[in-house]
Amino acid sequence: MSSFMQQVINGLSLGSIYALIALGYTMVYGIIKLINFAHGEIFMIGAFVGYATIQFLNVGLVPALIVAMAASALLGVIIERVAYRPLRKSSRITALITAIGVSYLIQNGMIQWVGPNVRPFPQVLSNVRYDLGLFSISSIQLIIFGTAIVLMVALQLIVHRTKMGKAMRAVSMDPEAAQLMGINVNHVISFTFMLGSALAGAGGVLVGLFYNTINPMMGFLPGLKAFIAAVLGGIGIIPGAMLGGVLIGLTETMVVAYGDSLLRDAVVFVILILILLVRPSGILGKTTKEKV
Amino acid sequence: MSKRMKTILVWVGAAILGFALIQIAILTGWITRYYEMTLMLILINIMLAVGLNLIVGISGQLSLGHAGFMAIGAYTTGIVTKMMPNLGGFALGILGGVVLSGIVAYIVGIPTLRLKGDYLAIATLGVGEIIRITILNLDITNGARGLSGIPKLATWYYAYIVALLIILVAANYVNSSPGRATISVREDEIAAESLGINTKKYKMIAFMIGTMTAAVAGSFHATYYQLIVPSQFDFVRSIDILIMVVLGGMGSLTGSIFAAVFLGLLNHFLADYGAFRVILYAIALILVMIFKPSGLFGRKEIKASKLFNWKKKEASRS
Repeated sequence: MSSFMQQVINGLSLGSIYALIALGYTMVYGIIKLINFAHGEIFMIGAFVGYATIQFLNVGLVPALIVAMAASALLGVIIERVAYRPLRKSSRITALITAIGVSYLIQNGMIQWVGPNVRPFPQVLSNVRYDLGLFSISSIQLIIFGTAIVLMVALQLIVHRTKMGKAMRAVSMDPEAAQLMGINVNHVISFTFMLGSALAGAGGVLVGLFYNTINPMMGFLPGLKAFIAAVLGGIGIIPGAMLGGVLIGLTETMVVAYGDSLLRDAVVFVILILILLVRPSGILGKTTKEKV
Repeated sequence: MSKRMKTILVWVGAAILGFALIQIAILTGWITRYYEMTLMLILINIMLAVGLNLIVGISGQLSLGHAGFMAIGAYTTGIVTKMMPNLGGFALGILGGVVLSGIVAYIVGIPTLRLKGDYLAIATLGVGEIIRITILNLDITNGARGLSGIPKLATWYYAYIVALLIILVAANYVNSSPGRATISVREDEIAAESLGINTKKYKMIAFMIGTMTAAVAGSFHATYYQLIVPSQFDFVRSIDILIMVVLGGMGSLTGSIFAAVFLGLLNHFLADYGAFRVILYAIALILVMIFKPSGLFGRKEIKASKLFNWKKKEASRS
């Protein structure tokens, strides 16, 4: 029982990182109906910026987190401006292939620049384990939970309490109508990319802490899993991304703990295909009829 | 002579001429053994790109799991030819790979082809990964170490003939009645459905033909390179094939063939640059999508029949 509780805690900490990345996918999809394939790479850049800040500037975790989030946000906005904005009116396949191209470009750019080898992430805080009877929790896990919860609450506040958040919701419902109401759609889209990428950047630093290693290829699989998490929760729905992220994290941890660790990635893809079959709009999604 | 006969003759002539030119180049030592590997890669890529173009370009369903089906063919042929190291084994391996790939495509296609656009892309990506992870975990495929010592049965002239056959099948499919129906699904699925076209059926046919040709390409890969490991058939390989289809033009078979030849040669000359080469591809992909999303050929084909039309036009003008 105690080992099961321990796995739940581990799964929750991995899941909250997935949730942070999934939020970016879901917000971008909600607004421009594009699967931002490069989102996983933004997450990787966040991890590298966090690494560089800690390694070369000798600062603590919080400044590193902020710098990583800012750099990722900037990258996200640039990608949207350069690669996606010219394609706003093209077919979704075109946009998706472009997104794959951007992802490829960033990943291989980093391989070319910093080399493909794995680097250890600097341990900024001593990892203490607190034994709580049924399970123990490490200080890194506490940091992950804390950061994830703070960021998600902040996101909820931005989306539901600010004018920009209102504009985001308006654009995701109907971009043309929103434009007619005087909302600058381009600004809103840039802002959405900024928010989502900042969260991915934070996720990158947390993954660096969690797994202790970073490399230029690290963005691909977590990016895909976070996307699956977003679909699982209901793509375009912010609480859905959080729920989906946690569920995927728990599933993956349980498969590793009680099943075959080689199958951990396959299980996630099976979940994707099952959810698309049974409930394509996701757990929290509403089914919409297609109109001609 | 009828126009149809003339068209066929031009194609047969071009195929024989191409074959003869390569053969002469090899006999005179212009194509060395090292270049022959590039030639083989190009031929395999032509099979893959033409097959994927049927799925992506003709039926309009973005598939990101093509390398998975290639792996099915490669492993089936690898296992069969290791037991039967002769041409019979090779043929049996190809056949087995094609059948197995078709069955997997059918099982996978029923749920996934119901999905649209991006969802289908992610689902097929998932299928490709599931196939790779399954191969990684099976005993008969020797896990991550892969199969080595596969007998070298594939030669470039078998590959040349098979690539021609695949192009022939694909081109005839596009111009057939089911092919037209498949194109109508690409153009507007709802309109096609309301005209009484069974859209699921035609999407499935295109998907199955595409995945079966991928299996054939995989068979040649296994019996030429003699070593197969699961990591050769990952997502990156699927994207490589997609890049050929997109650059050549989604919906243009000749475009895919040209892109496969061009990228094959480019790969050859940029082989030493590693990540830099992929960066170039990525930039090319983004630029093509932004400035000419239809690819280099668009949906146009180079057709022998057009050659005669063009001559006729010239004649009527003068």
